[in-house]
Amino acid sequence: MMREEILRLLEKNSRIDLHDVAVMLGTNEALVANEIAQMEKDNIICGYHTLINWDKTSDEKVSAIIEVRVTPQRGQGFDRFAERIYNYPEVKALYLMSGGYDFAVTIEGRTLKEVSMFVSEKLSTIEGVLSTATHFVLKKYKEHGTTLEVKPKSERKMITL
Amino acid sequence: MRNPLSDKVVQIQPSGIRKFFDVANDMPDAISLGVGEPDFDTPWIVREEGIYSLEKGRTFYTSNAGLQELKNEISFYLERKQGLHYDSKNEIMVTVGGSEGIDVALRALINPGDEIILPEPCYVSYLPCITLADGVPVRIDLKEENEFKLTPEELLGAITDKTKALILTFPNNPTGAVMTKEDLAPLVDIIIEKDIVVISDEIYAELTYGSDHVSIASFPGMKERTILINGFSKAYAMTGWRLGYACAPKLILDQMLKIHQFAIMCAPTTSQYAAVTALRHCDGAVAEMKEAYNHRRRFVLNAFKEMGLQCFEPRGAFYAFPCIKEFGMTSDDFAMKFLEEEKVAVVPGTAFGNCGEGFLRISYAYSIEELKEALGRMKRFVEKLRKNK
Repeated sequence: MMREEILRLLEKNSRIDLHDVAVMLGTNEALVANEIAQMEKDNIICGYHTLINWDKTSDEKVSAIIEVRVTPQRGQGFDRFAERIYNYPEVKALYLMSGGYDFAVTIEGRTLKEVSMFVSEKLSTIEGVLSTATHFVLKKYKEHGTTLEVKPKSERKMITL
Repeated sequence: MRNPLSDKVVQIQPSGIRKFFDVANDMPDAISLGVGEPDFDTPWIVREEGIYSLEKGRTFYTSNAGLQELKNEISFYLERKQGLHYDSKNEIMVTVGGSEGIDVALRALINPGDEIILPEPCYVSYLPCITLADGVPVRIDLKEENEFKLTPEELLGAITDKTKALILTFPNNPTGAVMTKEDLAPLVDIIIEKDIVVISDEIYAELTYGSDHVSIASFPGMKERTILINGFSKAYAMTGWRLGYACAPKLILDQMLKIHQFAIMCAPTTSQYAAVTALRHCDGAVAEMKEAYNHRRRFVLNAFKEMGLQCFEPRGAFYAFPCIKEFGMTSDDFAMKFLEEEKVAVVPGTAFGNCGEGFLRISYAYSIEELKEALGRMKRFVEKLRKNK
């Protein structure tokens, strides 16, 4: 399907030239643009972001993944909790999980202390939260399907038959 | 010293464009559209299996014909993908790349003076392998106006009493041509009537765009007279693993196995274990690579269209074969000048047979960004040539 093919290309490179996309898919640019506009409208495409290796900048960033266990309340379920968690701008990702805990929360802050404070003061204090376990990220190797280290140049020969 | 060399070997010309390759390979700042191998790495799951097999100490020989486990998977694969039935015990052997399969097949078939029909342009190894096996190559110059397919008339015109075999190489390197079921059907009638064997090199079978590959071995009456050559290099991006396979009726395969046994012993064991995983778990990875090749194929064709370069639409492999006759230069001269002036390496069509004169082989086993840069330079070069004419 053309829609999924466009998405696969955009997922790898959201800045891809739409004219190129049209050529690669054997269609015309207006059709591609329409399809993308429709998918944006339908919230199939939810955003276009940039993958940054902040370690190479002067900005300090600390990330942590926090396991959160909750007691869902009658008539409210997990979505209420989720909303109370994801509305904090510090929360970069939030997933409902199967297994030993309920939510995986990715937090980003400037310092260890900032992240710790967020967990103890904001996250743990939400009513119904039973426990949290904070795991600080030591090094990021791969995100969004992309390894952060630059791949060495291919050693393929110039010409082979 | 007395002449230590075999006349037969000495008379084989080293590829005339070797010099051009050396120039290109020694030009560090040049870019290339000249490779005949995927730009993808072998899927990690396959590499991991190779590593695991080493960790487990599987560093022994396998049986001559290859790991039974791998031959079983090859049999399943050919059944699943092409509806072919090959007995994994008697009709499949694992080779060192498709290349070994070609060589062994020819040596198993040829008696001195037997004629082997070779449609060109084609990959470079058939011709010397025929000669080394004391065969007589009978070339057919495939035509661009036929989209470089082999026509029944061309085939009939090449068959004599001495014809032993026909080599078929579709999807084709260098042209990107494919032969559909409809294209093959009239050839099959002739092949059976004239009682000749087919060596069908289907190394690019996974890479067709628009319609699935059909093996000539799938036609009634053909399996018993076909040697099917395939391998892992192109579909699974495993060129460096040197692993292929040949399938043939037992009568022929037994003889091929003898040559393989004495020349090679067995294909690399690590590669064989890795290949089991490739066949079991990599349909998805193959589909992903194929989608990328198809995008690039359209991209390259569009670029030729924009620079006004004639090129028939290739529907297989990862090559395009544009025509450069309008410039009144040989393919070699064009390629050399293009390399010198724009630092882009392409392969002259003549590397694949004399009838490749007037064409270039453009590989699109490159990222879109790389293609964009190289094709941009090609456009500039072509425009300059037209202006100076």
